[in-house]
Amino acid sequence: MASLRELAKKKNLLTGGHRLCAGCGASITIRQVLLASNYPLVCGVATGCLEVSTTIYPYTAWRCSYIHTAFESVAATISGVEAAYRALKKKGKIEREMKFIAFGGDGGTYDIGFQALSGALERGHRMLYVCYDNQAYMNTGIQRSGATPLGAWTTTTPAGKVIPGKPNWRKDLTACVVAHNIPYVAQASPSHWKDLVSKVEKALETDGPTFINILAPCPRGWRYPESKTIKMAKLAVDSCFWPLYEVEEGKYKLNYQPKEKKPVVEWLQLQGRFKHLFKPENQAILEKFQANVDKAWENLLALAQKT
Amino acid sequence: MKWDIRKIKEWKFYEHPQGITIPEAGNAHYYPTGSWRSQRPEINWDKCTHCLFCFIYCPDSSIIVKGEKVVGIDLAHCKGCGVCAEECPKQAIEMLKERV
Ligand code: SF4
Ligand code: SF4
Repeated sequence: MASLRELAKKKNLLTGGHRLCAGCGASITIRQVLLASNYPLVCGVATGCLEVSTTIYPYTAWRCSYIHTAFESVAATISGVEAAYRALKKKGKIEREMKFIAFGGDGGTYDIGFQALSGALERGHRMLYVCYDNQAYMNTGIQRSGATPLGAWTTTTPAGKVIPGKPNWRKDLTACVVAHNIPYVAQASPSHWKDLVSKVEKALETDGPTFINILAPCPRGWRYPESKTIKMAKLAVDSCFWPLYEVEEGKYKLNYQPKEKKPVVEWLQLQGRFKHLFKPENQAILEKFQANVDKAWENLLALAQKT
Repeated sequence: MKWDIRKIKEWKFYEHPQGITIPEAGNAHYYPTGSWRSQRPEINWDKCTHCLFCFIYCPDSSIIVKGEKVVGIDLAHCKGCGVCAEECPKQAIEMLKERV
């Protein structure tokens, strides 16, 4: 496991000069993922904040091979690159050991790219898929996605007289990926960089498809001051909304257990998108939110004990 | 490869690389985003222990590290988000109002 001193000596693969917002959680996440790699990389990015802001023609912030692909197809694109690499390697045309990473936001992964992701996992490509989950379609102006939590205000689930924000709970994508029985699946957060980096290292050494779901707080869409991005990620972990765990060959492991499980309102109250939930008439939504978090957490604890 | 885009505005469509490829890796480095900033981080060197937390949390790769030590801030790219100041365990970074 690399120390910060070692990481700081490595080549920085995402340069400054990208156009992601100040304090963007996605850029912190991607920097940490790229720093973890010890190999030449081919990265693909689905349409989303990361893609539009890091590769505005004629500029690119990527210092490795990079392919932009459509919203729905990054898993298909990178699995194709990996297959081509294997063929060339077999013919002796490439000797170097290389790694392949597909990046998608929650829109490009939970929703639009889900089919391509599922197919790539099932075909068994030796690639890592990283979802940076900022919990809505932020790039097009904060529309709800399958990852948006219950009660969140977005421009397509506006909180008002008719609905109190998003009426549905979020999809548990990590669990969906686990159900594909691939060798390595994990959930991570940029606030816990050491855990994140070691998960990426592990995934890149795995022979087969791997997946890491990473929470990437978004100051614009979540409505909090941009200096608090890491605090937001940390509170999501400490309230057990976003548990850090991994599933290796079907075996669950909890990587971090908060000393004291914080009430989820501590995380919600700092974000403008949940402001309306603190009105007396919406008390039931807050309770439901907490109940959902508790249930998922207990379920995870049981799985970690059982497997 | 070094790719000269100084006259890109005058290029005809056929002068652009096919498939809109960008042949120079990481050329966003030449694109300054420092003008976005309304506040600027300043490091108090008496307090800094070079723990490098600011380095791992900066979204804009703007903490300059040389030989295991923080040596400064890349003000051409730093957007002034204040994450570094917020996360510094020694409160060694202060955000100052940027002069206009
Ligand atoms: S986080 Fe603070 S103490 Fe640590 S290296 Fe940065 S400025 Fe120095
Ligand atoms: S203010 Fe933000 S962009 Fe500037 S150095 Fe600190 S963390 Fe990086």
